[in-house]
Amino acid sequence: MSAADVTTGARPAGEAAGARTLTGRLLPRPNPWRHPWFLEGFTWLYLLWSLVPIGLAVLFSFNNGKSQAVWQGFSLRWYFTDPVNSVLHDPNLHAAVIQTLRLSVYTTLICVPLGVAFALGINRWRGVVSASANFAMILSFVIPELIFGVALFFVFTDLFTFVGLGTWAEVLGLVTWNVSWPAIIVQARLVTIGKQYEEAAADLGATQMQTMRRVMLPLLAPAIFASAVLVFSGVIDDFVIVDLLNSSAANTPMSVYIYSQQHGGNGGPALNALGTIMLVMTFIIAIVGYLGYRWMTRGERGSRVDALATLAGSD
Amino acid sequence: MTESGYRARRREQRQQYRWFWILLAAPGILWLLFLFIVPFYAMLAIAGGKLNLIFEQPIAIWNPLQWSSANLVKAWHDVAGAGAFDGPIVLRTIVYVAIASALSLVIAYPVAYFVARFGGRRKGLLLVLLIAPFWISYMMRMLAWIDLLQINGYVNKALALVGLPPVGWLGGLSFTVILGLVYGYIPYLILVLYAGLDRIDPALIEAGRDLGLGRARTFIRVTLPMSRQAILTGLLITVLPMLGDYFTNQLLSGTTSTTMIGNVIDGQLQTPAFQAEGAVLSLMLLLVLTIPMIYYVFATNRSSRSAT
Repeated sequence: MSAADVTTGARPAGEAAGARTLTGRLLPRPNPWRHPWFLEGFTWLYLLWSLVPIGLAVLFSFNNGKSQAVWQGFSLRWYFTDPVNSVLHDPNLHAAVIQTLRLSVYTTLICVPLGVAFALGINRWRGVVSASANFAMILSFVIPELIFGVALFFVFTDLFTFVGLGTWAEVLGLVTWNVSWPAIIVQARLVTIGKQYEEAAADLGATQMQTMRRVMLPLLAPAIFASAVLVFSGVIDDFVIVDLLNSSAANTPMSVYIYSQQHGGNGGPALNALGTIMLVMTFIIAIVGYLGYRWMTRGERGSRVDALATLAGSD
Repeated sequence: MTESGYRARRREQRQQYRWFWILLAAPGILWLLFLFIVPFYAMLAIAGGKLNLIFEQPIAIWNPLQWSSANLVKAWHDVAGAGAFDGPIVLRTIVYVAIASALSLVIAYPVAYFVARFGGRRKGLLLVLLIAPFWISYMMRMLAWIDLLQINGYVNKALALVGLPPVGWLGGLSFTVILGLVYGYIPYLILVLYAGLDRIDPALIEAGRDLGLGRARTFIRVTLPMSRQAILTGLLITVLPMLGDYFTNQLLSGTTSTTMIGNVIDGQLQTPAFQAEGAVLSLMLLLVLTIPMIYYVFATNRSSRSAT
């Protein structure tokens, strides 16, 4: 092999990568520590593909025309100004906004205390019952939503007929579907806290109730808060359960309304406006959640990335 | 206090407060019993029930000893019998989900790998961008593609720029539905893969390199085996909801040429006479998915225990 081959880095055909001399490898290999430009480009391309369409959908909610595909100038007509078809004036559209908020509030108020108490109880009361209940809870986390929704549909139409379909069926279903958030997050937090604080409180003479109120709940606050954020935003974005359990326009939330109007044709930019409202709602909750979580866990080890991971539910 | 005396006191305390924990857990347990377990029993009761021939409505049979197999036989004929119309749909569902999840993995892995290993100072920003779709309603994300793929939408405009004729993307193309499935569920896969890859100690990869393995071989011999668990759970977390998906398909195609099993179940629920068959199909789907679901439960249990 000539020196020229080495300096130009050209690898003669037929010579495998293993061409060596006594002093070691002669052929320069690509530097294994070089920056992965291809991966970086791929990642940014993915992010563009993932987010630009949504940006455009938000843009079209401000379209001054009936098209969701052709830009006809900026206006707020689909939000306020159109006296008939805007979110503000169309009774079905603003009923959908209100229903979504109502479901989120009711579900969070029931789901979080239920899940937190469940996590505490299950974590300390070891037995067959608690183990199977925990198994059922985790199962509710992975089961496809359609199958669970079908089961709920039957239980409310054929067994718990006093509930029937409608807002309460939706709330009961959503609580069950989301109860695993507080249950899983609080249990994870209990493991990190350990038992020492509780035992110290007991040694100092605190009753179980006092320990709970003065020691455990403050320590669990970040986890409870994070799960409330996840439940609230999860309900805003939920679709399958409410789609199967709603019974009339009065209890149809935003996601179902968009779906029922859009499939089979052009739903008009009012739907984009509705989607944008949903997006703004969840983003506000996400930001509040992030800042709140960071504030509650101040002074603890852990980074911004950890807070993000917790709020994405991948703790 | 001696160590043994201390322990005895702890045990006493634990016994004394046992009821406290049971009472705390009780509402959640009862809730799961009545609103998670009982609903599935109701589904069984409908599946094993009869049809009221006058009102064309399903009648639930609550006593398991009296369950009839009529609905099961009917559903099975539709799936596997001669002239079965559900058979091709089941096959199509499997093909769509297989392609969509393979495609998701091919896209998700490099992205998760890059952010986990080379995120550096921008890791926070990259993670926010990766998590963002998780916070955006599924309907809004589908709406975004409906806007783009319309006949006069931007995708066709881009095609026209390079001289290609417009395509009716929303007119029932498998391509569009698979794209929608990938777009819809890939953020979950990326997050799981990211969490798995982020946990790998970089020293192990550096060791592979130092011992003379090239990039590709380090990846195949070190990184890939160590992320196998993340790949499996990540795929499960995308495949399970994809199999029960009916809305992506309905929004992006809405024609019978792309119908999936979720659409069949959803459609049967709308007509009382077919509800019992919908219950049977849901149960069949559940049965098929039981093993992967239980695997997932144990896999996540194991990893959360080893993480602490």
